[in-house]
Amino acid sequence: MTDTNSNQLIRLSAAQLAEKLAAREITSVEVVQAHLDRIAAVDGGDRGVHAFLHVNAEEALAVAAEVDAIRAAGGAAAAELHELAGVPIAVKDLIVTVGQPTTAGSKILEGWHSPYDATVVQRLRAAKMPILGKTNLDEFAMGSSTEHSAYGPTRNPWDLDRIPGGSGGGSAAAVAAFEAPLALGTDTGGSIRQPGAVTGTVGVKPTYGSVSRYGAIAMASSLDQIGPVSRTVLDSALLHQVIGGHDPFDSTSLPDPLGDLVAAARLGNVDGMKIGIVKELHGEGYQAGVENRFNEALELLKQAGAEIVEVSCPNFQYALGAYYLIMPSEASSNLAKFDGVRYGLRVLPEEPPLTIERVMGATRAAGFGDEVKRRIILGTYALSAGYYDAYYGSAQKVRTLIQRDFEAAFAKADVLISPTAPTTAFKLGEKLNDPLAMYLNDVATIPANMAGVPGLSLPGGLADEDGLPVGIQLLAPAREDARLYRVGAVLESLLEAKWGGPLLDRAPELAASPVVEPVETLVDAQEAK
Amino acid sequence: MSTDATLSFEEAMEKYDPVLGFEVHVELNTQTKMFSSAPNVFGDEPNTNVNEVDLGMPGVLPVLNKTAVESSIKIGLALNCKIAESCRFARKNYFYPDTPKNFQTSQYDEPIAYDGYLDIELSDGTVFRVEIERAHMEEDAGKLTHLGGSAGRIQGADYSLVDYNRAGVPLVEIVTKPIEGAGSRAPELAKAYVAAVREIVKNLGVSDAKMERGNVRCDANVSLRPHGRERFGIRSETKNVNSLRAVEHAVRYEIQRHAAVLDSGEPVIQETRHWHEDTRTTTSGRAKSDADDYRYFPEPDLVPVVASREWVEELRATLPEPPAARRKRLQADWGYSDLEFRDVVNAGVMDEIEETIAAGATASVARKWWMGEIVGRAKNADVDPGQLGVEPATIVELNKMVEDGKINNKMASEVLDGVLAGEGTPAEIVEKRGLAVVSDDGPLLEAIDAALAAQPDVADKIRAGKLQAIGAIVGGVMKATRGQADAGRVKELILEKLGVNA
Repeated sequence: MTDTNSNQLIRLSAAQLAEKLAAREITSVEVVQAHLDRIAAVDGGDRGVHAFLHVNAEEALAVAAEVDAIRAAGGAAAAELHELAGVPIAVKDLIVTVGQPTTAGSKILEGWHSPYDATVVQRLRAAKMPILGKTNLDEFAMGSSTEHSAYGPTRNPWDLDRIPGGSGGGSAAAVAAFEAPLALGTDTGGSIRQPGAVTGTVGVKPTYGSVSRYGAIAMASSLDQIGPVSRTVLDSALLHQVIGGHDPFDSTSLPDPLGDLVAAARLGNVDGMKIGIVKELHGEGYQAGVENRFNEALELLKQAGAEIVEVSCPNFQYALGAYYLIMPSEASSNLAKFDGVRYGLRVLPEEPPLTIERVMGATRAAGFGDEVKRRIILGTYALSAGYYDAYYGSAQKVRTLIQRDFEAAFAKADVLISPTAPTTAFKLGEKLNDPLAMYLNDVATIPANMAGVPGLSLPGGLADEDGLPVGIQLLAPAREDARLYRVGAVLESLLEAKWGGPLLDRAPELAASPVVEPVETLVDAQEAK
Repeated sequence: MSTDATLSFEEAMEKYDPVLGFEVHVELNTQTKMFSSAPNVFGDEPNTNVNEVDLGMPGVLPVLNKTAVESSIKIGLALNCKIAESCRFARKNYFYPDTPKNFQTSQYDEPIAYDGYLDIELSDGTVFRVEIERAHMEEDAGKLTHLGGSAGRIQGADYSLVDYNRAGVPLVEIVTKPIEGAGSRAPELAKAYVAAVREIVKNLGVSDAKMERGNVRCDANVSLRPHGRERFGIRSETKNVNSLRAVEHAVRYEIQRHAAVLDSGEPVIQETRHWHEDTRTTTSGRAKSDADDYRYFPEPDLVPVVASREWVEELRATLPEPPAARRKRLQADWGYSDLEFRDVVNAGVMDEIEETIAAGATASVARKWWMGEIVGRAKNADVDPGQLGVEPATIVELNKMVEDGKINNKMASEVLDGVLAGEGTPAEIVEKRGLAVVSDDGPLLEAIDAALAAQPDVADKIRAGKLQAIGAIVGGVMKATRGQADAGRVKELILEKLGVNA
């Protein structure tokens, strides 16, 4: 395998890889090795992307070799292979995996190995998709920049001095930097879509309940959803199809499967569809370059035969405030289990007495970062007797109002559209000490989580003023995820026709690290056994 | 450990009126846990009946056990409660190492069953209605063992071990409304109430109901108020009173303790109390005030439990007859006096008598055999009467032999021993042992002559009309015939012989 070949392999989409694997033009081992080489070349070092917290080279290659052997043997076993068998994937380190550490980006879980696989991971394994490793994130998925990871920030492949979004900056950056064709993310308030927007990738937050949360370390149970990260809309649909569907281990899992998402992505037509601009989700507060790309997208959809209508969702203005009550409330309870008693970090207090309460306190003080502590304190306060009605109770009412706004909007439009994030990627450190400014990044993505509806972000081009990617968000009614893929695929093809190729072709070449580090050096020190 | 002052119970009753309240936790005997597929089994090696859900591992989610919901609805129905059409779980947040998630998944403002009552019969037949506030579902915590300190308490312990086998075991917590007006019968009522709840869940088959294993656990709330005052006094909550006797004693003790506190002019402290079986006293536990903040909020990982009316009615149709109603029915059917029936209940042979009657015996015959013959043998063997292995058909067969005059009562008792020893059916044993009532007058007359000759003074007394003296002669005849004579016939022949008209 030549470098050129390797470089070509990593730039193929998952759908293209799947096709070539099925045709036995390439092998899964070649594909996995090409990505491992890419990770080794661009992920490590001082100026590396740092998308990965753990690289799972050995297992990924073993799964790839197994798939290759099945294909080579032919027959029924080869015919039964999943479409994506042999196509590698990266997994956000919030999702538990047997055989690899899971840290949630936190010191409190450093070195912890899950005794069980998340349901989505089981489904990846069943499809024989090699898992390349675990990707970086803001600690416990709390953040919009990946700077809150206890293991250092991930860099945006478009500009290494900028944030890749968050919390799933690692998954988005890995896909944007061609370290993986696919990745899994989790989205509580925009953690899949906003990183997608600022890295020029595709990210989908599925309908709440359509993908099992079993094994995704919970931040806010009523908002969290696992979803696909990819470079094309079709690839996300393919991955969504693998991970979706009912799971008896998740009580909030929907009983019925969504429609054929892949077919929707391949349909290629929006003629006669009504696409609603949400008045409250653009304009003031949005960067000019973001607005321009958004307006261009509308124009393209109109030309393709879609009808553009304007809808108003007046209660969206309260979404951010309500979100920052519900999310920390649930998080304060979900994160209570990290106490040093059963697993993970245990820190003993420096002074006696060594009581259980003080051990728990010392462990949590040392194990959690500032943003996590901030949200635990917020949530604990919001749930306290005497404040519950005013805070958590009111926020739940706002949530109902947001759901009604969506219902009214979807009575007028098949799909809603907005910019995914108000700005392009900001500089590392720029908003680290201004939590409110950081929180505002999710203003356009949060309403979907509050209502449980699906959302998709796809690249809308580069902002004129900084040349950085802009994301376009599509929203659909609950269980109508197929509409996102249908509209998204059309918009993607129109935009790529305009650009003359994928947006990521315009991303700067990442210089290989001066010294190509062997993959092993990326393996968490805790892993060495 | 300081000893609290107490007033005598009588003195306390003269001055104060007790108000009770109970929280009874019932462990359900489902195969698996409330929210996980781990087995719900008592007594196994620590931390073996656990999976990632029970240990609160990162990423896990709860899945509600349907059988536990059915059992909870059955309990609600048996307590005459309304069943919520839809109810939710909530998280009760507090840090404690026996609670793996550091919150307990419980029901807060939406219990599955509410507004019920239970009629409690006291020993003298008085019926006291206890109002049920609610019965809600929740999960049990793990079990902590504190080592290195004194008295197994966490204070002063060097370290603690935790067994999560019990974590996640389904519980139903039954909460009463304040129970007023029990007066001096409060301790008795307390015991009778917990006994009734225990009997109900056992009868429903939803719990093993063994208090010694913690299947049924009682927290007893007690407060006192001066006679005539409406407002409740400040209560104490005595935790984990885990035997029926202890419930009675704990309530009695707390009444006496509260009375002494109130008499001294001090306020009663709202707190939890620990019960000590050895000294039959309580000691102060944790101060409990309204400031306890569990930050309850609806459990977002579970969907509401919807109990359709059809489902509830289906479950209602499966309910066994309530124990109290059954007892009332059986006593009336059998025609036993209150005393006779209470003895039967206390001896634990009500079911057996019912089966024996069903097999063809009369109520009085069944009682005679069980109470007169079998209960005593069971006591000697130190087993429950039902465990001796006496078949109802055996009793019916034995009784028929007696009634037909084939054997007498004494022989029947001997045959029963043979049956218990596994020698065969009553007929086989009678045959094998050669037991039969002697009814040929010839040998009897010889024996009577011998007996009269041996006791001439007795014979004279009988001739003189002192008929009660005949027993001595009958006894002699029975002895001579090794008990095989028909005592009735013997009596007739003696009187005939002596020319006395009975």
